[in-house]
Amino acid sequence: MPVVQRLRVRYAKRGRLRFTSHRDISRAVERAVRRADVPVAFSAGFSPHPRISYVGAAAPTGVASEAEYLEIGVTRHCDPERLRAALDTSLPPGLDVVAVVEAAAGNLADRLECSVWELQLPEADHALAAVAVERFNAAERVEVERLTKKGLRRFDAREAVLNLEVVEVTETTAGQATSRPCVILRMVVRHATPAVRPDDVLTGLRLVAGFAPPVPPEVTRLAQGPLDVTTGEPADPFGPDRDITRGGGAEPAGEHVGCDL
Amino acid sequence: MPVESLFPRLEALLPKVQKPIQYVGGELNSTVKNWDETTVRWALMYPDAYEVGLPNQGVQILYEILNEMPETLAERTYAVWPDLEALMRSEGVPQFTVDAHRPVRAFDVFGLSFSTELGYTNMLTALDLAGIPLEAADRGDDDPIVLAGGHAAFNPEPIADFLDAAVLGDGEQVAIAITEVIREWKTEGSPGGRDELLMRLAESGGVYVPRFYDVDYHPDGRIRRVAPNRSGVPWRVHKHTVMDLDEWPYPKKPLVPLAETVHERFSVEIFRGCTRGCRFCQAGMITRPVRERSITTIGDMVEAGVKASGFNEVGLLSLSSADHSEIGDIATGLADRYEGTNTSLSLPSTRVDAFNIDLANEFSRNGRRSGLTFAPEGGSERMRKVINKMVTEEDLIRTVTTAYTQGWRQVKLYFMCGLPTEEDVDVLGIADLARKVIQAGRQATGSRDIRCTVSIGGFVPKPHTPFQWAAQAPHEVVDRRLKALKDALRGDKEYGRAIGLRYHDGKPSIVEGLLSRGDRRVGRVIRAVWEDGGRFDGWSEHFSYRRWVDAAAEAGLDVDWYTTREREENEVLPWDHLDAGLDREWLWQDWQDAVNDVEVEDCRWTPCYDCGVCPTMGTEIQIGPTGKKLLPLTVV
Repeated sequence: MPVVQRLRVRYAKRGRLRFTSHRDISRAVERAVRRADVPVAFSAGFSPHPRISYVGAAAPTGVASEAEYLEIGVTRHCDPERLRAALDTSLPPGLDVVAVVEAAAGNLADRLECSVWELQLPEADHALAAVAVERFNAAERVEVERLTKKGLRRFDAREAVLNLEVVEVTETTAGQATSRPCVILRMVVRHATPAVRPDDVLTGLRLVAGFAPPVPPEVTRLAQGPLDVTTGEPADPFGPDRDITRGGGAEPAGEHVGCDL
Repeated sequence: MPVESLFPRLEALLPKVQKPIQYVGGELNSTVKNWDETTVRWALMYPDAYEVGLPNQGVQILYEILNEMPETLAERTYAVWPDLEALMRSEGVPQFTVDAHRPVRAFDVFGLSFSTELGYTNMLTALDLAGIPLEAADRGDDDPIVLAGGHAAFNPEPIADFLDAAVLGDGEQVAIAITEVIREWKTEGSPGGRDELLMRLAESGGVYVPRFYDVDYHPDGRIRRVAPNRSGVPWRVHKHTVMDLDEWPYPKKPLVPLAETVHERFSVEIFRGCTRGCRFCQAGMITRPVRERSITTIGDMVEAGVKASGFNEVGLLSLSSADHSEIGDIATGLADRYEGTNTSLSLPSTRVDAFNIDLANEFSRNGRRSGLTFAPEGGSERMRKVINKMVTEEDLIRTVTTAYTQGWRQVKLYFMCGLPTEEDVDVLGIADLARKVIQAGRQATGSRDIRCTVSIGGFVPKPHTPFQWAAQAPHEVVDRRLKALKDALRGDKEYGRAIGLRYHDGKPSIVEGLLSRGDRRVGRVIRAVWEDGGRFDGWSEHFSYRRWVDAAAEAGLDVDWYTTREREENEVLPWDHLDAGLDREWLWQDWQDAVNDVEVEDCRWTPCYDCGVCPTMGTEIQIGPTGKKLLPLTVV
């Protein structure tokens, strides 16, 4: 059956489910779609696959995220909010559906230009972190190395970083009742090739100032979207879809009647 | 006493290990109960990696049944990979359950399900990480009862020193019974400590407590006698048989993992037991009689399971699934119900039978048409008579020809190597058979685009089968025959390229043989192998034959004596005091029949041949047909 509507889904992976890999998530979503009776379209051919595509570069295994994106093609019109609720109920707690909009215009992948990342660094030295951030920001280039599937790659981790700051130092880690000191870094990073990931920036901080957190950082992607040059932050990538829907360009309301979602 | 979650400590280790999601839990349909509101708590382990252990039906069934009981809690634990094991040791994090990440040592029962003997070293890792003494004799009142089940528990003697108890057969009812015994004992204030609890379990007659039995040996090493060493303990311990599978429709809510596992499907057992009488097959011997689940219960379970899981594949499990008395109606009914939903159905373990092609066609209606698999097991007519696998060459050729003409392109054939009385010519017969299969397929289809894959497993004689007395073939013999087979296929210009060959070398089978038919003295070897770093013996990349051979030599054990030696009729076998219901004289007679190429029919359709199970166990064959059909699912 043909795709009559495409829905854009923003979802989060939180808490212990940050340890899911991209493949784990894609299996979980396929099953949740079935349990929620979403009228997902299937590709034709010998081995049909559901029309679910993942947009942008997935947050790595072990990294939490508030802003991952996928698109679902359906064979019947669905109400976005009801689909959001149904899908969220069918996914395990920790994989949470934040927002669903009907795809109205353009290519979502093109809008995911940059990400905001937060790094919690328990037991890290605050003063040294501040020095490292300052030196990193002052540098023109910070060459780092990372082992990729193609072998050891060397690239600049500085240029893609639009903003990097120490946001606060707390005695309690956000949301947790632990009392260990914690440095929190926040950064806005432009999506580039090769991708500069938060751990590459951490490598950079080690290189410029010998800053090395004693325990593995807890990393969260807070947002993704098109770069708003006035704020230096990503805007809502669903903005254009929402504008068109509100402007009356979407399907007439009657089209939604008779759909169980 | 409150038991704290180990997760915060484990979480710090997870960024450093491979596939951390397997240790996180939170599977759909998993259960976390309040510790303090329960009195009897089980930690269930499948002693292999999570990806293998999670889909295991036995553990999932017991997990669900126990958690449905009031005041009872069950959680799961699996073998951790060496990377996490090393970190747990250095950071002092004990073996944990994946449900609520509670320490295994805090539970009342640590129950392990052994499908294969190759999980024994993983049990020792888990005990050690849990802080539970390896030897049962060293455990105190604060340690859980370490309990083994599963097919390997029909001869638990090699791990007797590490176990407090073992149960034979179907676990559903006995797990509940054990829970009640423990609850009563705890409610009374745990009188007499661990010893009394084990005694109460042993007295029931349904739980084997190895420490209450002494084993005496002849000077030549054979067992002289296995006898209870205190009164009230039965001479023989019996297996358990669930008699109405419709009353036990588990799993109702299958566990759906986030991590990738070996079976990504919802499986329903359509019947238990098999009386085909294949002489090599321990499962067929120890799970008698045949008990079918009715077509309507199967339909209900599939409907509920698919809905609760979101799986897009359904497996209909049993030892020989096409033998269900209403399999045709089940296949058509399910295929109709799931038409157009991209839900595929699979039927593992089918016999060589043209009827099965119809079934396979029906099953592939809604999904992929992959390969078809048949298991003739023996390469020659004579060999198949010895093992009582009643398939003629004609049957096989006719069946695969039908498959090829109906559009199947790939046929997989399973065989065994190292069977009793086997000679080189029997194994080379596999090549002839494969050639004829391809030849017939090409003729029937007029196409050269057909393939046949030959997959060969090493035969291991198992307890409670007619081959329990047989000499296992030395690995050198198996390897030589397999090489000859490989050469025969490789040198074949006409057919060789259409035939794939898969096999393993014969060494792991020898270790499996040692563990399968071993006695209590083999425990020393298992422990020595584990201390030497032995882990995950079912994985070729972790298995070391050298390690096992060295440990056996060190312990003064002759591996050949345990494996390649044929036993006499009157030799006391290590598992003779464990009762699978099979009459020993019948088994011996069947062994003699095997050597004389005499076949035996299936007692479902022919008169009883007195294997002994039904009268001993008070059971009977339960088969349909019920005459019922599966109705279309109503759309809400």
